[in-house]
Amino acid sequence: MREREMQSRGTDMPTQERKLLLKKMEISVAEAEKRTGKNAVNMQETYTVYLIETRPVDAASEGTNPVPDSLWRRYSEFELLRNYLLVTYPFLVVPPLPEKRAEFVWHKLSADNMDPDFVERRRVGLENFLLRVASHPDLSSDKIFYSFLTEENGWKETVFETGFQAKADSRLKALNATFRVKNPDKRFAEMKHYGDELQSVISQLLRVRARAADRLYGVYKVHGNYGRVFSEWSAIEKEMGDGLQSAGHHMDAYAASVDDILEEEEHYADQLKEYLFYADALRAVCRKHELTQYELEMAAQDLTSKKQQREELATGTIRTFSLKGVTSKLFGQETPEQREAKLKMLETQIEEGEELVKERNAECEEFVKSAWVDIERFKEQKDHDLREALISYAIMQISMCKKGIQVWNNAKECFSKM
Amino acid sequence: AAALGTTDEPTSAMSAGAPRSLASSGQKSIQDICHPLSAEESALNPGSAADTGLILPNGTPVDTSSLASSSSLLNRLQLDDDLDGETRDLFVTVEDPKKHVSTMETYITYRVCTKTTRTEFDLPEYSVRRRYQDFDWLRNKLEESQPTHLIPPLPEKFVMKGVVDRFSEEFVETRRKALDKFLKRVADHPVLSFNEHFNAFLSAKDLNKRQGLALLTKMGESVKYVTGGYKLRARPAEFAAMGDYLDLFTQKMGTIDRIAQRIIKEQSEFLMELREYGPVYSSWSSFEEDLHDPLEGVSGCMSNCSSALEELTEDMSEDFLPVLREYVLYIESMKNVLKKRDQVQAEYETKLEAVVFREDKKPPVPSDVEKCQDRVECFNADLKADWDRWENNKRQDFRQLLTGMADKNIQHYEKCLAAWESLVPLLQDKQEAEGETS
Repeated sequence: MREREMQSRGTDMPTQERKLLLKKMEISVAEAEKRTGKNAVNMQETYTVYLIETRPVDAASEGTNPVPDSLWRRYSEFELLRNYLLVTYPFLVVPPLPEKRAEFVWHKLSADNMDPDFVERRRVGLENFLLRVASHPDLSSDKIFYSFLTEENGWKETVFETGFQAKADSRLKALNATFRVKNPDKRFAEMKHYGDELQSVISQLLRVRARAADRLYGVYKVHGNYGRVFSEWSAIEKEMGDGLQSAGHHMDAYAASVDDILEEEEHYADQLKEYLFYADALRAVCRKHELTQYELEMAAQDLTSKKQQREELATGTIRTFSLKGVTSKLFGQETPEQREAKLKMLETQIEEGEELVKERNAECEEFVKSAWVDIERFKEQKDHDLREALISYAIMQISMCKKGIQVWNNAKECFSKM
Repeated sequence: AAALGTTDEPTSAMSAGAPRSLASSGQKSIQDICHPLSAEESALNPGSAADTGLILPNGTPVDTSSLASSSSLLNRLQLDDDLDGETRDLFVTVEDPKKHVSTMETYITYRVCTKTTRTEFDLPEYSVRRRYQDFDWLRNKLEESQPTHLIPPLPEKFVMKGVVDRFSEEFVETRRKALDKFLKRVADHPVLSFNEHFNAFLSAKDLNKRQGLALLTKMGESVKYVTGGYKLRARPAEFAAMGDYLDLFTQKMGTIDRIAQRIIKEQSEFLMELREYGPVYSSWSSFEEDLHDPLEGVSGCMSNCSSALEELTEDMSEDFLPVLREYVLYIESMKNVLKKRDQVQAEYETKLEAVVFREDKKPPVPSDVEKCQDRVECFNADLKADWDRWENNKRQDFRQLLTGMADKNIQHYEKCLAAWESLVPLLQDKQEAEGETS
């Protein structure tokens, strides 16, 4: 998504407009460079760094056009930033990074991370990521994000100092919640399902597209063979020679045209990929909801059982099975003092439990509210972006057809002069 | 042209002594004769004009490069006014294919219509039904009875069952067009069109009887031309050039055939992927709201493009490849004609040598050697004229074939273009509507 578009989208939200970083600052990922250095295990490695340039918006409009501030970052630092945002804003659909490794390649594309085409597409993807974050009503005001763009040194330490890693939910915990949650918000359950389907269908689309691209490449390139044979044939002809020869050149041009066509299609594939990864971000929010809901349910369940225990202790009836109950039956009941102590402890626990449930309930409600706002925002963005992508895909196809018509008309003219 | 004698024995033209009947074609057709001032002339006939400086009344230079007797010179004065549209007196078409089902076999017949003012025909109009076998019979008969001429090609005899449907509309139509072209070429030929077998083919109610009769009475004729066993020292440059050209040309045809097949294969595989690709958009649309229509639109577009591509591939298979293959077959038969010519020349040269070395035999040259000489000259003349005709037809055929190929590709892209262009406003309209409501 281009910067201007991002900014225009910002105008849809009047109050937050002023907060958007993108309104104040131009951001771009201008270049990519290869570096070599020692890695964590002291071995030589080659990696790519990307130049982030920033410039205040006002400066540009004043016409002074100062040199932009810039710093270099590598992909792993982008990943660190994103992980931080994921943990810190679990109720937001956090924009995704471009893919780590080239997936859904068709035969011509290199799956090598050092391949210049891959690096260039990654550069564009990283810029897109920054622009998305900078135009998000909540994310754009994050300090860590700001320092990512402006402070080259010591940024990593700053991120770690936030202690975000400790806040991250373990996979196991999240998975457990997904299985055991009893009453997730229906809308979130639907969204998660939607995320699953979106991910599945885009994966399929990208796979088939890659295969189709491979075949299309073959069709065009074989026509180049006509170029060669027409040339050879024209050498043994008299009147037919010229027409054949020139037609052959057009066949060569036709064969060569497929490279540009498929490069443009890669852009389209990248747009689809962004939403493939967005689907994952969407599912992450839904999973977080399941977790908060589950924790609320756990707290509530715990409270209920504690209350029940109190009741039993107070009335002397045992309703729930407990080890204490069994042992006291076997070894005799407790003394009144013991009971008194226990009751008191339970009361405290119940008080705490009620506090916890209130807290968790508030958390849950807060989460649902904020997350749903962002999900709605995301839905609108997705519908807009994907529609745009489909339009540009159609325009690409139109251009390809027009080029094809032109080449074959040229060839036809040559043939008719044979 | 009307005086072109009886329909029997074109070989009678080869007998010695009698003034040559005009059974063999002149050097050029009237349409191929260049203006005397045209520069092309010398290019087409290297060396000939320079030899004598003699120009015939019709503008052609006298070709005296071969040993010419007065009678063969006379031959070349004859103009091929059969090719002049105004005096064309024989029109043939192949139409109306019909399927015949019998207990033994199923086959297609075609109606062959003839309109003519020629006296060689009993009636001015004929309408007969013929099947491929009959065309094949005709071509074989023409090859046998007119060995000095290039006989136009027929569409391929055998088609791989399972790969092509012999009874599909497209296949039958392709065949009909090729058979029509074949008969028209024969009808336009100043010598072949007067062939008795051709006459029988066009007019006889029951071809089979005639086949038998013809076989009996004509058996002798073809034998006359089979002059095996003589070794030719060197093929004259002119005909060697033809042979070389045919070899190279065959190679190129083969290459083009392979390329065309490869393209068809790649297109078919692309089509397969496209057939899978489109529906994915459709299944995506099933769980989208706002994006439902755009995604369905894209799916529909791809379906249209798939159909267009399928048509292109089929057309190439049915119209393009068969013509290439016809030419390859044609060239094989042409090479055989060249070989026969070599044989005739070899016989002549051998016999001539034998005479020259026998010192007691002085002129007049014995009649059988003279006969051989005439045969050589007539063969050469016929072949050259037919070669020019062939070159012209080849040029037309390939111009038509390749232009047709370009057309089909253009049509394919135009169909796809229309589909995508009609989709864009639909996508954009929705967008504007959205912008207004939000």
